[in-house]
Amino acid sequence: MYLEEIPLSAAVDPTHIERKPASRGKAIGMMLLCTLLGAAGQVLIKMGAASLHGQNPIAMVLNPQIFAGYALYGMMTVLFVFALREEELSILYPIIALTYVWVAGLAVYFFHEHLNVYKLIGVAAIVAGVGVLGRSGGGKL
Amino acid sequence: MAYVLVASFFGSFGALFLKSGSAKLNRGLKYLFLNFHLALGVALFLTSSYFFVLGIKRGELSVLYPLVSLGYIWTLLWSRLFLKERMTRGKFFGLALILIGIAFVGLGNTR
Repeated sequence: MYLEEIPLSAAVDPTHIERKPASRGKAIGMMLLCTLLGAAGQVLIKMGAASLHGQNPIAMVLNPQIFAGYALYGMMTVLFVFALREEELSILYPIIALTYVWVAGLAVYFFHEHLNVYKLIGVAAIVAGVGVLGRSGGGKL
Repeated sequence: MAYVLVASFFGSFGALFLKSGSAKLNRGLKYLFLNFHLALGVALFLTSSYFFVLGIKRGELSVLYPLVSLGYIWTLLWSRLFLKERMTRGKFFGLALILIGIAFVGLGNTR
């Protein structure tokens, strides 16, 4: 019974959208973890890319940092799918933008990049936007 | 620029298929890999990142950043069209803040 084909219309059945109030908080928590994994993955891939010489694709895949970065991307995707089971796509997808926030912070620490006013405004706006999304739709967090 | 546009388009469909795949997900990790919608979603994400890299190579980052966020707008559109999710003021306002934020982060990265 597991592999029975359910038509796409089952996924769009509006009754699926009804959910317990607790599941939104859970889904958003999973998305926070998702964006952290994505940001860590980006930092690792950047570190790996910096240590590469030339453009040998095999060396690229075998680079431990790049490999670990993509592994984190894979974990992020799995977690995203589990979060999507609990909550609407239109609420969860924009939360991925939090990745920018973590990356901005991690880049200061690992690559000594500077946080300027633009980045600070951007980070604040993204965090505020995610806060608004979390409370949207009349649901309680 | 066109590459990044294409990338944002593919990425938004990737998200749509991950969502439709997630709805028919059963217990057990094994089924994560046997789910056609999920596989298609991941494939679309990989295609998207390929075009994104192509775009980054030859485009200016300050223009590309706001273009990337078009993906969020497509996704909102597909959520409404295909998933019949309700559009609320909170979703529009939240997304608007996020888009402004991404534009500013993009500006900050190019200065």
